Amino acid sequence: MTSESNLHEQFFGQEHLTVIEPYKGLFDLKLRELWAYRDLILLFVRRDFVAQYKQTVLGPAWHIIQPLLTTVIFTIVFGRIAQISTDGAPPFLFYMAGTVIWGYFAGVLQDTSGTFIRNAHIFGKVYFPRLAVPVATLMSKFIGFAIQFVFFIGFLLFFMASGANVAPNGALLLLPILLVMMAAFGLGLGVIVSAATTRYRDLAVVVSFGVQLYMYLSPVVYPMSSLSEHYRTLMAFNPVAPILETFRYATLGIGGASVAELTIAAGVIFVVLAIGVTLFNRVERTFMDTV
Amino acid sequence: MARTVISVENLSKYYRLGVIGGATLREDLSRWWARMRNKPDPYATIGQENTGNERGEIWALRDINLEIKEGEILGVIGRNGAGKSTLLKVLSRITAPTSGRAVIRGRVGSLLEVGTGFHPELTGRENIFLNGAILGMTKAEVSRKLDEIVEFAEMSNFIDTPVKRYSSGMTVRLAFAVAAHLEPEILIIDEVLAVGDAAFQKKCLGKMGEVASKGRTILFVSHNMESVQRLCNRGILLAKGQVEQMGSVNDLVAIYLRSATVDCGNGSFVRTAEHTRQSLDKSTISGIRLRHCDRGESTSFDVWDPIEIDFLIRHPSEEPIHDESIAAWFCINNSFGSPVLSFFQYDSEASTTRRMGDWPSIITARINALELPPGQYSISCGLFSFDELGKREIVDWAENIAGLEVGWRVADGRTFDQRIGYVISRCEWRIAA
Repeated sequence: MTSESNLHEQFFGQEHLTVIEPYKGLFDLKLRELWAYRDLILLFVRRDFVAQYKQTVLGPAWHIIQPLLTTVIFTIVFGRIAQISTDGAPPFLFYMAGTVIWGYFAGVLQDTSGTFIRNAHIFGKVYFPRLAVPVATLMSKFIGFAIQFVFFIGFLLFFMASGANVAPNGALLLLPILLVMMAAFGLGLGVIVSAATTRYRDLAVVVSFGVQLYMYLSPVVYPMSSLSEHYRTLMAFNPVAPILETFRYATLGIGGASVAELTIAAGVIFVVLAIGVTLFNRVERTFMDTV
Repeated sequence: MARTVISVENLSKYYRLGVIGGATLREDLSRWWARMRNKPDPYATIGQENTGNERGEIWALRDINLEIKEGEILGVIGRNGAGKSTLLKVLSRITAPTSGRAVIRGRVGSLLEVGTGFHPELTGRENIFLNGAILGMTKAEVSRKLDEIVEFAEMSNFIDTPVKRYSSGMTVRLAFAVAAHLEPEILIIDEVLAVGDAAFQKKCLGKMGEVASKGRTILFVSHNMESVQRLCNRGILLAKGQVEQMGSVNDLVAIYLRSATVDCGNGSFVRTAEHTRQSLDKSTISGIRLRHCDRGESTSFDVWDPIEIDFLIRHPSEEPIHDESIAAWFCINNSFGSPVLSFFQYDSEASTTRRMGDWPSIITARINALELPPGQYSISCGLFSFDELGKREIVDWAENIAGLEVGWRVADGRTFDQRIGYVISRCEWRIAA
């Protein structure tokens, strides 16, 4: 590259070259383009976060109240009444761990699954990489998760101080990986649903209900150890299971998943994400013709 | 020599209307199930076989070839459904073409609507950033122009108020202000100037003209021929998804306004499918005839001439199938495509709005003196329907169905020289003794 063209780039920035062609189905995250629109993504995150709790009395406190209430209910229903095993951990912490990390996955899945329908009016009028919307959802949901996680750690320390038998350990270093996996899986499933809802509106209804059912198919309110061998084999197909188990192992020192299980989960998640993004990119180019 | 910034090669866009798929999974499944058993599609419209063009297949764009040079301001004109909006949508990457390609050099900003993504709960300032980012500006860019935008919108007092407390006029002003400060290398604008008050529109057009003079390229679609002519120097005329003609915008506007009519001679014009907004189960205007009250059928008149216009009405069937009343309306547009006069049947004594079934097939409107300055005009007309509560709705609209010319002569032999204004009126002059 000559110094002259370097100079040109320095002054005028890289030349934007857009080629518009019929859709070619490829798995393409368009990371470069998403990066160029990073300001928009951050503004979407801000919008989601600010607008969500405007005109509510308790505001962002809902981020805490929701999982806390859920945990209390779970503790009563599954811990006291049903007396499901918690692998020896205090039931409150067991259910809170499950609720917090499951909540992140469920939130991402539910919100991203409405991407096309909820943003049809914007998508019909202006172009930006459509993935910016679900990616922003990932991030705004992450803020909620972070707040909840801090509270969870607070409870954990409190229980430890009062002598509960829990043992947070070095596996906590895996937390970023677990979160990336959860986010990728939620995003992957979410965009598959969002792409499908452009054609089948019914799916939008099914999602919230489906997420709830899925929670019971995952070890959120029960540990893997309470399952029979047969069901445990079936769980190998559920990538959420080893993530939940590892999260509880890292924070409470119970349960756990093997590296092999986590690797398989990562593989499944990657495939789901790839299918999701491919479908999403396809729908992105023709969505406006079908509404 | 200016370089090419947009080059479009054989661009086509194909739509399948109606059969894109059911809205629900159930419909698609039963459709699939029917196909498996060789039964007809249970959701096909009655009387419509799924063959060939009957399926509602439409080439919204067909083999468009186009080169746009840097700094050009190109007006895109054409009738409804000619493909203008589709072209802009493809170039804005909102929808993908079916075949062909387009290469664009430079940052594109498209303005198919103002205020896209405005959130009512956010303040004016927050919305400026959000809307700016949606339109492709970076945060730094918006920050730099923030003061200018707020000043342009004339609303520095309310900038930290949530947008939901704004009046609709204020919201539009703010949205325009953001849009007007968009400075991409290529700007695509569709019809957005149709909203907002006139003075503010003018301010925006001025701002855009300023942008254009800085060597930016603009693609502009509007039904308002006047703003197209004011802003653009070159244009393309689209018809049925194809480029019918390219050239100077003034020539194209003239061609467009003339081509809109189907002149059968003797002052008669026939309605064609191109004069859109026609529905099969309602009464429609099938043609009109222009007549000089004394000289008979004609399309050229003089100032002050008395004229009569016959509207031929076609009813969907002999029987009145809708229990509603109808009345006719028409308007006269000048050579810029702007309406200058409009007439409604229900303003007159003859507006005994009758049941459709009793409607005559011809109704006539008489204008005692054509108070229009010399020039080319076109007529758009249509029908209103009224429900039991007297609420009216336009059921038929034939755009630019007929053309007429007003000459320079005045009835008494003098000529009517060129003067300013859109309409004329008789005026008596007196000199004080």
